Amino acid sequence: MTNRSAQQVHAVQHGELPPSGPPDDPFHCALIDNVHPPAWHNPKFAGKYNLVVIGAGPAGVTAAREAVALGAKVALIEHDLIGGDRLNVGCVPSKAIIRTGRLYAEMRDAENFGAQVPDNICIGFSTVMERMRRIQARLSRASAARRLSEVGIDVYFSEARFTGTDTIAAGGELLRFRKALIATGARPLTSRIPGLAAAGYLTNENVFNLTECPRRLLVVGGGPLGCELAQAFCRFGSHVIIAQDDPTFLPNEERDAAQILSDALARDGVEIHLNTEVVAVRMKAGQKVAELVSGGNKISVSVDEILTGIGRTPNVERMNLEAAGVQYDIHTGILVNDFLQTTNARIYAAGDVCLKHKFTHTADASARIAVQNALFLGRKRLSALTIPWCTYTDPEIAHVGLYVREARQKGIPVKTFTILMHDVDRAVTDGEEDGFVKIHVRDGTDRILGATVVACHAGEMINGLSLAIDARIGLRALAQVIHTYPTQAEAIKMAADAYTRTRLTPTLKSLTRRWLAW
Amino acid sequence: MTVAEQFPQSDEELLDRFQRAAFGYFLDQFNSQNGLVADTSRVGAPASIAVVGFALSCYPVGVERGWMSRADAAARTLVTLRFFWNGVQSEHPDAIGYKGFYYHFLDMKTGKRVWQSEVSLIDTSLLLAGVLTASVYFCEDTPGETEIRERAEAIYRRVDWQWARGSASTARQGWKPESGFIHYGWDGYDEAIILYVLGLASPTHPLPENSYINWTATYQWENIYDYEFLYAGPLFIHHYSQTWIDFAGIRDRFMREKKSDYFENSRRATYVQREYARRNPYGFEGYGKDCWGITANDGPGFKTLKIDGRERRFLGYAARGVPFGPDDGTIDPCAALSSLPFTPELALSALRHFCARYPEMIQGSRLPSAFNPTLPGAGPSGWVSEGYFGLDQGVLVLMIENYRSGLIWKLMQRCPYAGNGLRRAGFKGGWLS
Repeated sequence: MTNRSAQQVHAVQHGELPPSGPPDDPFHCALIDNVHPPAWHNPKFAGKYNLVVIGAGPAGVTAAREAVALGAKVALIEHDLIGGDRLNVGCVPSKAIIRTGRLYAEMRDAENFGAQVPDNICIGFSTVMERMRRIQARLSRASAARRLSEVGIDVYFSEARFTGTDTIAAGGELLRFRKALIATGARPLTSRIPGLAAAGYLTNENVFNLTECPRRLLVVGGGPLGCELAQAFCRFGSHVIIAQDDPTFLPNEERDAAQILSDALARDGVEIHLNTEVVAVRMKAGQKVAELVSGGNKISVSVDEILTGIGRTPNVERMNLEAAGVQYDIHTGILVNDFLQTTNARIYAAGDVCLKHKFTHTADASARIAVQNALFLGRKRLSALTIPWCTYTDPEIAHVGLYVREARQKGIPVKTFTILMHDVDRAVTDGEEDGFVKIHVRDGTDRILGATVVACHAGEMINGLSLAIDARIGLRALAQVIHTYPTQAEAIKMAADAYTRTRLTPTLKSLTRRWLAW
Repeated sequence: MTVAEQFPQSDEELLDRFQRAAFGYFLDQFNSQNGLVADTSRVGAPASIAVVGFALSCYPVGVERGWMSRADAAARTLVTLRFFWNGVQSEHPDAIGYKGFYYHFLDMKTGKRVWQSEVSLIDTSLLLAGVLTASVYFCEDTPGETEIRERAEAIYRRVDWQWARGSASTARQGWKPESGFIHYGWDGYDEAIILYVLGLASPTHPLPENSYINWTATYQWENIYDYEFLYAGPLFIHHYSQTWIDFAGIRDRFMREKKSDYFENSRRATYVQREYARRNPYGFEGYGKDCWGITANDGPGFKTLKIDGRERRFLGYAARGVPFGPDDGTIDPCAALSSLPFTPELALSALRHFCARYPEMIQGSRLPSAFNPTLPGAGPSGWVSEGYFGLDQGVLVLMIENYRSGLIWKLMQRCPYAGNGLRRAGFKGGWLS
């Protein structure tokens, strides 16, 4: 349950959002037909469900599928659109438009690839968005309400409200359960900038409804969403200004990664304002005028749209969690233990509503843990997960495991093996030399503690390192794995080779020399 | 005149020539009324308090090299210290500083804050390093030198390092009367060791020991191009604290763990710089084994140009770094030569290369802040930074001197505050034993 509609209704009523939704084209109709069929009839079931899942985002759908595959009687309740943020207002639409943006960037950069820059590069924003909706419609088929129903899941389109510790009211029915899972996700944090609500602004929940590319766009916040969309809209021809109140973008990532990203955004033409706070917004002659303050210095910028990406807040409202004895915090979400169990032993939570790392893949992994623990007395721990993540800018920035600062705070001595992408043959041939692979090991060993990859396809490359961490494969073993040549992932092998070279100590070198001389 | 005639073969002669030329900056850009020294030689440039710190350390070099009299050096020092002691310290924007720290940039004549600059912790630290160098050097029992020592002591003792943390565990970067503390601190290895050493040693308002521990917790020890070192991108970071403190053989907890020291670290960082220039991943003109020196410095200005069919984005004054960038093909020859104590063979080879390949950028044996052969200019050196920057000239004078005689390092070894600060930071061994 994404709370999107309710949020939108609220926002529209308060003048915060453009009232229009996505264009009512065949792709959007196909999407809606899958994720919230207009003529859907909620099922009737008088018995007790093994598992009732609230929210049909990535965590909820995964949990329902897992449980039903294991033979459980499952209800899945969604008040808005199946697929949650991922499909409707998150990863899928953003990655679709980012890909088109990359293509435009490559066209403009054709000369650097030995090609001719196409004449009259014309950006058809409506076709960019149409492609996005086509992809959404296509990917929605896999989790369409009918398909979920066909595999045995009772799909309810309704609000869900606990009426006791083992009952939920949904669709006019009272559903009884042995176990329940809350997977209601999260929504964008509301910005408190004075005047912003009155002027109207975009978030990830409505930016994909745009039918025209804003001529000038102010992006507030230099986190993953802000950076990704700032770059994409800049590549579509918007004059993009990004204001970030920290000294770097992606402040949780390595400063070198942030530096490379900053350079990349500047190269694309994004106007960057770091250490800058947006303190007020007002309307003037039909334009949105934002006041930016940096180190006591004020400037004003006039734009057509303002996009905020300042974080996410969990959807914990309107479920009457108190009746179920489920404790929560409006900022951090539902309180769970390491087994994802809430303060009501019958009820579990998974995904953005309870996790610090609000990613689709984490939602999926946590849902699997929750189902195992809820239905089969499992003792799987959230803390045992190795969680990678990626920001899909160009270049991408991916990370897994510990950062150096985290390891050092734990008193672990760390050494980092760094390979620059400009030393990787395939990155050079591809013209994708910006970035690096950094693999952090426990000093004196080859045990991988964490890694950061900045590269064109960092999101793909990080998976091998996640596997290595999860399976406790060290750099020494990685050095012995033959990597295909030429690939950009060879950078990982090169880092492992660098580790191997450090094992050749002066003593060892002297011994090998004597051996060879003998 | 041939290159060989213009730049003699003897390393010592060559260094003497360039060191003296750099020293000349501090004579040219000095205001005898208040002791301030201009940030750059450009018309209307304000004073930089850090450049004043370098100037105060350069005067003893001038005396020892016979380029100025001791009395002249003492007089210049005294007028400077009087200005910094007597200047108004308050929260008011027109003050010279606050809590014993000073605004980064001051008007050369009035001494008032310019450019709405911040009360800068690192620049005050560099100023204090110069103040303390002077207090050790001017040790004679004359009224002038006695006053230098007294003023220096008073200026140092007045600094409130405890305030400088704000509500954080580590030192902040600065403070402005309009907006308070700059909301970020020091992250990763940088030039702040001198700041922490002086802050920890304060007899009046010291930084707590854990502030240094917390800062060094952000360090990254990296293997890049098969060199293992404490990473920092811009070359100046490997120079500034090392200008005053001889780190050879002394180690803090981090360096003990890595079986290295900051002197050796600067040596390796220089090799990484050179290796990057040899690889020259972005194909910049001129880069090579003798043409490196990528650091925070002046640049051609923020613009994008197509040069030889390739789009090049140039920067203005920016913290350039290796190997993660930013890099726009701009080389700082002063930074390369300032690596002299750590890698004399590399630095001298680079200097001779600059002289032979780019003679037009060297006026009167004084090296410019930067040049960029990728951006076409009047000669092979391409774009050349206008005038001179005091920071570049200052570090050059002092690093050449450290290489030639170790004078600045020896003076600071005699400064009790330097030793105390290092010990409180956890340094042991070497000359601290």
